[in-house]
Amino acid sequence: MHGRPRKAASKPEASAAKALKLRSVQSQFMSNHHRKIYTQEAIQLSAKLLAINPEAYTAWNYRKLAVEDNLSRIDDSDPSLVNSILNEELEVVAIALRRNLKSYGAWYHRKWVLSKGHSSLEKELQLLNKYQKLDLRNFHAWNYRRFVLELTKTPQQDELHYTTDMINDVSFSNYSAWHNRSELLSSLVAKKADGFMPKETIRRELDYVHNAIFTDEDDQSAWFYYLWLLDQTVKMETPLRTSSWPSDGSIIILSGPGCFNGSSSSSKFTTFCSESGSFPLILYFDQAVSGVSSSTVTIDSELQGNQDLVWEPVSDKNSQLSCVWVARLKFDSAEPCFRKENKVKVSLGKSQGIVSSRGCYLSAPYEFVFTVHIHDTVGEPQEGIVLWTDGFDNWDAQSKDLNSLITSDQLNADTGFEWRKQAIKIEIECFRDLHDSKFGKLILARLLMAEETMISDDAVKGVHYNEILQLYKDLMALNSSHDQYYKDEHSVALLHKVTSSTESLSRRLFLYRNMNNIVCLRLNNLTLSRIAAVEKFLFVQMLDLSHNELHSAEGLEAMQLLCCLNLCHNRIRSFSALDSLRHLKQLRVLDVSHNDMGGKHPVDTTRYLCSRPLSNSAEIGRQVPCKYWDAYLVLRDLKKLKQLDIIRGNDLIAGEEFSSFVRQVLPKLVWLDGHKLAS
Amino acid sequence: MADKLVADKHVRYILMAEKKKESFESVVMDHLRMNGAYWGLTTLDLLDKLGSVSAVSGGFAGNTGHDPHVIYTLSAVQILALFDKLSILDVQKVSSYIAGLQNKDGSFSGDMWGEVDTRFSYIAICCLSILKCLDKINVKKAVDYIVSCKNLDGGFGCTPGAESHARQIFCCVGALAITGNLHHVDKDLLGWWLCERQDYESGGLNGRPEKLPDVCYSWWVLSSLIMIDRVHWIEKGKLVKFILDCQDMDNGGISDNPKDAVDIFHTYFGVAGLSLLEYPGVKTIDPAYALPVHVINRILFTK
Repeated sequence: MHGRPRKAASKPEASAAKALKLRSVQSQFMSNHHRKIYTQEAIQLSAKLLAINPEAYTAWNYRKLAVEDNLSRIDDSDPSLVNSILNEELEVVAIALRRNLKSYGAWYHRKWVLSKGHSSLEKELQLLNKYQKLDLRNFHAWNYRRFVLELTKTPQQDELHYTTDMINDVSFSNYSAWHNRSELLSSLVAKKADGFMPKETIRRELDYVHNAIFTDEDDQSAWFYYLWLLDQTVKMETPLRTSSWPSDGSIIILSGPGCFNGSSSSSKFTTFCSESGSFPLILYFDQAVSGVSSSTVTIDSELQGNQDLVWEPVSDKNSQLSCVWVARLKFDSAEPCFRKENKVKVSLGKSQGIVSSRGCYLSAPYEFVFTVHIHDTVGEPQEGIVLWTDGFDNWDAQSKDLNSLITSDQLNADTGFEWRKQAIKIEIECFRDLHDSKFGKLILARLLMAEETMISDDAVKGVHYNEILQLYKDLMALNSSHDQYYKDEHSVALLHKVTSSTESLSRRLFLYRNMNNIVCLRLNNLTLSRIAAVEKFLFVQMLDLSHNELHSAEGLEAMQLLCCLNLCHNRIRSFSALDSLRHLKQLRVLDVSHNDMGGKHPVDTTRYLCSRPLSNSAEIGRQVPCKYWDAYLVLRDLKKLKQLDIIRGNDLIAGEEFSSFVRQVLPKLVWLDGHKLAS
Repeated sequence: MADKLVADKHVRYILMAEKKKESFESVVMDHLRMNGAYWGLTTLDLLDKLGSVSAVSGGFAGNTGHDPHVIYTLSAVQILALFDKLSILDVQKVSSYIAGLQNKDGSFSGDMWGEVDTRFSYIAICCLSILKCLDKINVKKAVDYIVSCKNLDGGFGCTPGAESHARQIFCCVGALAITGNLHHVDKDLLGWWLCERQDYESGGLNGRPEKLPDVCYSWWVLSSLIMIDRVHWIEKGKLVKFILDCQDMDNGGISDNPKDAVDIFHTYFGVAGLSLLEYPGVKTIDPAYALPVHVINRILFTK
């Protein structure tokens, strides 16, 4: 099916004759197969068929049946008889492979024969060497090689030498050999084999791959291998890092029911509003983890009623793995604890259990302490419309408040960080000298980002971001096919830059007067195509991401305190792209107007990233019109939503049907697209 | 230079292929008549021309007389789904056949002879999901096995340790998508590996590094990118142009690259790729089930 030239020269008569011959062989074979005839003649006929067409899979099945039949008739204690039968099979496979080195049926038949205990694995390896020299990318051969090596119990170190030979001999298109190499090394390091400790292995491999890269810059395989090594340098066996809200040393003021009303007392500290009598305790890990529970995280608190907290991962229902975990701590504004300081101490890692998807355990215990003040608030609940344009005061730059709000990465002391920092430094020096190639620039950008994540000294933090942003701009121009990829990376770097210092962050913070001075972060008009660095602004309750280029809300699920969100004038194409918002149970105000929602884009690129949308289908069919199933799945969890802007600027059906659907799903809704709904 | 989709010519090509059963090329591919029917019929539906063929017969082998295998079972089920005739199946029997092929480690064999490959995991999951019998297998173990085939570059291979290949990636990502387990995929890592399949000059996609572009990867790479929401990382316009250039503008049909002979397999993948690229006049195809979206919605949203 592949690789036949378009104006093929074969004459129709020749083709018809060949076809007739093949038809006759095929029908004779079928007859033998169905009548279970396993004579020498019949078996030879099947060999003839497979020699012409190794893809006639039924013939391979037939041969297996014939072998089993013959083996049952002979004295199987005589190895030479058994061998002769099995050798015949190997010969047929070899002929078939000569015809098509990629025949699944042929390769599997060989495996099947070998599993009958027939040896001469040496011969198999010799044959493999021959095939691999013909085509080092043939994955059937590599898979078969792995199969044979396991039977011979060859040590992995020997196989590592084989990959070195292959990489050195075949300079172009040796990705398969590099892949094999990375698998072997991972395994040897994980097993802590002699001579394969992370630090020395990575140094050795970096030197080895440098050789390949600097010899031939077009060798793609070496670049991919390099990027894998870089990832290992940063992440291999590192302990988990955590951020939290509230963060260590912070002072949190909580207001209970009625907090979202008018003006407040001028408080020096930021107030967090929570109408539910509880507030979220958020843990944000730099890798997805499981095992967060009341036995692995202990809370020591003066607030009543907080034993045996339920910890939930902020992720799909299916998954017990997440970077973000939340528990709700209860408080009561009528209780005696009101108006006094309540200290809360959170301890992680005292008992083992929290583990990442890569198998890293949170080993070093980590503790943080914060203080909670509870204020009473009285007054009528506020039903006025929230406009994003007025009612805001600047953040008081003099206030030291921000330092206690910004979550800082907890970098576990040493445990292997020094050699990693050194390794990255050396790599940065190397790549600065390289030409202006696409891979050269991309790798330099990634190296600089990696170094940024390792910097703990606040004075030096953020020093690389301007260079990183310029590199991505260069890449957008140099390699325009992938410009959206570089744009996404640029957005990530930009958000990290903006949130890297209290000074740059505070320029974008405001207080919203009309809702008791909750904190608003403005990230609008930044040409952002992607959300990142959320762990740096978990304390934000009002977020303006309008006038950007976002096509999904992915990343916002961690913002458990969020009550107002502006996503208007972006590029969101469907409700399934807003799936992350399901987790924002405190959301009261949402603006998604002026996006690309509606019929313009029939292909839904986020359908399968929602939490099992299709398994809910039967349930949905009964409750709401099927055509709004994706809207239903997002909106039904936003039970506190009072204000929604959705129809203006989108291609949605703006009729009574959609409005009444929305009101059915959101009974507490007061404002829809700027109009007050009749109660 | 091809600047448009010559849909009518492709329809004629597919219908003629049905008739040209006596050429050598056709006889050699006798054993996959079932797949050929699926490719041909799905393409016709995407081009809104399904009414042009009469009903097909078929078992679950590649053709009458051949042995059963999951590969052909899936095509059979997909064909019946297209025609809304799933009711003629003995669903119990078919689903038991597939469920019986799951191994202890969660993997699936293709047939009674035991070959294991993640392609078969996808086939089993896709098929049983269409038949609404996913509970007949151990889904968790099936997912665990697929995850064990995840490689260090973010891609997936046929078995644990095997090299990443776009075809296997489609199968694994598709299976994880259908079972709601895409959180196991590192979307950024895999997305970047996939977008690097695009050839700068021709705009076509290859299946793995340092290989030639081929129209069938317009499906396997593209559908994978769509399922993980990273399709914006490739240049869609250039890919459309590559697919259009692979058409035989005179006789109809699409080939693997502009110089080669056409076949039903690549005709399907070309049109399916154009569907995912939102080419006007082509119905939308579902990236996980590889069937038109209206068919999937009909199956999943009715009891």
